[in-house]
Amino acid sequence: MNRPIRTMAVAILALFLALLVNATYLQYVSAGELNDNPRNARVIEASFSRPRGPIVVARDAVAESVRSDDQFKYQRVYRQPLRYAHVTGYFSFDSATGIERTQNDVLSGDDPRLFVTRLVDLVNNSSPKGGLVQLTLDPAAQNAAYDGMRALGENVQGAVVALDPGSGKVLAMVSMPTYDPNLLASHDRDAVNKAYLQLYRDPAQPLLNRAIQTRLPPGSTFKAITAAAALEKGGYADAQSLVPGGSSFQLPQSTAVIGNGGRDCGTGKITMTQALENSCNTSFLALADELGQAKLRAQAEAFGFNSDYLDDLQPQAQSVFPERMDRPQTAMSGIGQFDVSATPLQMAMVAAGIANGGVVMKPYVVDEVLSPDLDVLDRTEPSEFSRAVSPATADQLTTMLVAVVDEGTGSPAAIPGVEVAGKTGTAENCKDCKNYAWFISFAPANDPQVAVAVMIQNADIPPDDIAGGALGGPIAKAVMEAVLQQ
Amino acid sequence: MSARVNQPSALRGFVHRPRRGAELFLLVLALAVGIGAYAAVGIGVQGTVPADLLGYGGWLALLIIGAHVVVRFTAPYADPVLLPLVAALNGLGLAVIHRLDLAAGKDPGEGFSRQQLTWMTLGVLLFAATLVLLRDYRVLQRFTYTFGLAAIVLLLMPMLPVIGKDINGARIWIHVGPFSFQPGEIAKVLLVLAFAGYLVRHRDALALAGRRVLFVDLPRGRDLGPILVMWLVSLGILVFQRDLGSSLLFFGLFVVMLYVATERPGWLLVGGALFAAGGWIAYRLFSHVALRVDIWRHPFEYYGGEGVHDRGRQTVETMFGMAWGGLLGRGFGNGQPWRISYAESDFIVGAIGEELGLTAVMAVIVCYGLIVERGLRTALICRDDFGKLVATGLASVFALQVFVVVGGVTRLIPLTGLTTPFLSYGGSSLVANWVIVALLLRISDQARRPAPVLAPAGPASADEEETQVVRLG
Repeated sequence: MNRPIRTMAVAILALFLALLVNATYLQYVSAGELNDNPRNARVIEASFSRPRGPIVVARDAVAESVRSDDQFKYQRVYRQPLRYAHVTGYFSFDSATGIERTQNDVLSGDDPRLFVTRLVDLVNNSSPKGGLVQLTLDPAAQNAAYDGMRALGENVQGAVVALDPGSGKVLAMVSMPTYDPNLLASHDRDAVNKAYLQLYRDPAQPLLNRAIQTRLPPGSTFKAITAAAALEKGGYADAQSLVPGGSSFQLPQSTAVIGNGGRDCGTGKITMTQALENSCNTSFLALADELGQAKLRAQAEAFGFNSDYLDDLQPQAQSVFPERMDRPQTAMSGIGQFDVSATPLQMAMVAAGIANGGVVMKPYVVDEVLSPDLDVLDRTEPSEFSRAVSPATADQLTTMLVAVVDEGTGSPAAIPGVEVAGKTGTAENCKDCKNYAWFISFAPANDPQVAVAVMIQNADIPPDDIAGGALGGPIAKAVMEAVLQQ
Repeated sequence: MSARVNQPSALRGFVHRPRRGAELFLLVLALAVGIGAYAAVGIGVQGTVPADLLGYGGWLALLIIGAHVVVRFTAPYADPVLLPLVAALNGLGLAVIHRLDLAAGKDPGEGFSRQQLTWMTLGVLLFAATLVLLRDYRVLQRFTYTFGLAAIVLLLMPMLPVIGKDINGARIWIHVGPFSFQPGEIAKVLLVLAFAGYLVRHRDALALAGRRVLFVDLPRGRDLGPILVMWLVSLGILVFQRDLGSSLLFFGLFVVMLYVATERPGWLLVGGALFAAGGWIAYRLFSHVALRVDIWRHPFEYYGGEGVHDRGRQTVETMFGMAWGGLLGRGFGNGQPWRISYAESDFIVGAIGEELGLTAVMAVIVCYGLIVERGLRTALICRDDFGKLVATGLASVFALQVFVVVGGVTRLIPLTGLTTPFLSYGGSSLVANWVIVALLLRISDQARRPAPVLAPAGPASADEEETQVVRLG
């Protein structure tokens, strides 16, 4: 009978191996997925009950856990809630957003890089501590952006993004209206639900991070991209090349005629610099028609349209340069109209790419990840997102954008003693709705330290007064000054 | 051992030593697991070493060392690894149940762990009684049919009107006064003994007659009787008592023992086919079986809803808990095992996985594997067929039970209600398993004991005989 007993032993060994493999699968392979399950009350409740790591800007924690006397032992506190709400996000029972969500593993201490720390905590039988997340934000730039937006009134809707062109670091990210994440991180579940519903139902959508989640027609700021395409692929040599001018443009295959709002765009041919200085619709409609949609799309996509690039904050909207346009639509896309739409971050990347000699850096918000003992576990290395234009083209574009601020529509952003490059935009999405104001800029033009995009969707001023230069220019200026003064 | 002509003679040539000292050393380690876990629960949950640690540890040590002493005197050659493995698992189980008691806010005096300790005491007493009273397991062969009948009576008892009781949809409990127990656990042991006795007597008929189809010897039609009866009994348990786990266990046990007794894989085919047919019929006819399978396949659809749509809660909470435990576990007091209903009984592996991690789950599975391995080893070296079959049966039923319950809890297979041997809260199961270990130790003692030295019969050597002169004439 020994042979069948041996056979049985082998069969039972197989069964037990299956148990071991399955347990490994459950507790190791699929553990992350199960821990991320939104219905997993265990993980959420426990993460409330331990010291979650802080989120730090410069040297100050903008989000940290402090001891509390209730059942959860720790309370998440946001120190400058309104200024940093959309970046930190909030951490509540049912959900988390912003950095609280994307860096949850580090903050909660579950990240594999914190394994040794966890092991030590386990041996000491102390509750595991979370790691620290250091952001790239510059408090001076963030304050300038926030204060500038607040100055436009209670009901302002819009966003500001500032980037370090050389690295892709996000220096400022403000979205208005904002909210107080402390209300959503409270341990009083009913109060949280009430606050959340109120924010959720608010027509101004305060929970929305407009810097990365709202895309709108970029209007005339897109002319910088059209100009880039003309220099790169359209046979135009430099800023002094002559482009079509004129006071009106008859859209091909259409009866519509588009003018320049009274700005001087010559009669026949004008220089590309003049066309950009005065934001000449006629010139860029003609250029876009001449280049065709393929070249325009290639140029827009080189700057980041139709793709994702910011890993540190989710979700985000992709900026769109449409497919399959007819001729009049293609012409309109050249001035940032029709279905072209961009997020403020995207337009900041356009400015930063031109500033950085044509190299668009991948934007990032998380600078460093540190253990609770402040050992650096990980540091984000700047990486190239794309080479959008050649250095020569970037030079020519910079020259023209400097002219826009010095002599054209971008004058409100001028900083005495500093060469500033910029471009205004005032776009409309439909006949009866309000205009959107855009402004993109970077400074100093010869050695760019900061690139900014300002988008104002709505403000307490008469609709016709909304214009990119007048509204966005001063905010961009304040942000650039804040960075340059350091 | 140099000339390994064939295995049995090689094994016979090897003389086993008692190894009681090794057992004692391993038992000290097992006690460290049990008492250490109890202390860790106190530190983790309440923040201090439990006040009754000395009393508790002393009692546990008394039981374990007492069991060791009984083995030393009554079964000196018994396998030295089995008792320590069992002691470690039982100690760990007690600590985890104690931890769940604390989570439920129960007073230490009236929690499940105190009752479990009482049951363990009873289990160890029965363990000792088995070893002391049963000096030769071969006498058990005389009671083959008595055991068979007793097992069937025990299995039928929950169906009786007064003492039987439905708990959680399964009718497998009986209540007499303040006591309740699952007769199926006792029936399990009796069935192994009855099967072994029956098969030893009838193995030749079952093994030799039959026809060969496609390289496989299939049994004769008339020999199919017993397996069909067992199949029907298993189906009966499934249908009338709604106990999927026991049904699977008893049938699997019978098929395995039949195969080992006859050495014919054909029985595995027949058994497998019957199992598949039974499973399919049950799946199609009984909604509770179909529901179990459906919960197994899509647990999240049965989580957090109303009524039947919350029936997967146990499974999903176990998955969440074990995933949350990860490699090292949360540590006692830092998990939330109370979210798993019945974590102290069927789902105790989930609670272990959550607070002690994959490491502990693997250790537990390996401990079970070693118990089975020692049981099968005992079967291999056993000198008679009845002993071989009993040891194989006990080891197999143990292995099947562990596979079915741990596999069910970790969602390898659909969930069926069975206790986790030695870990789960449950008196009948604990007592029955201690008796199983006593039987295995008794068999291994007799198997490992050196063969008696026989007095030389006849002349020892031709050389020593005196030369005789035979005159011819």
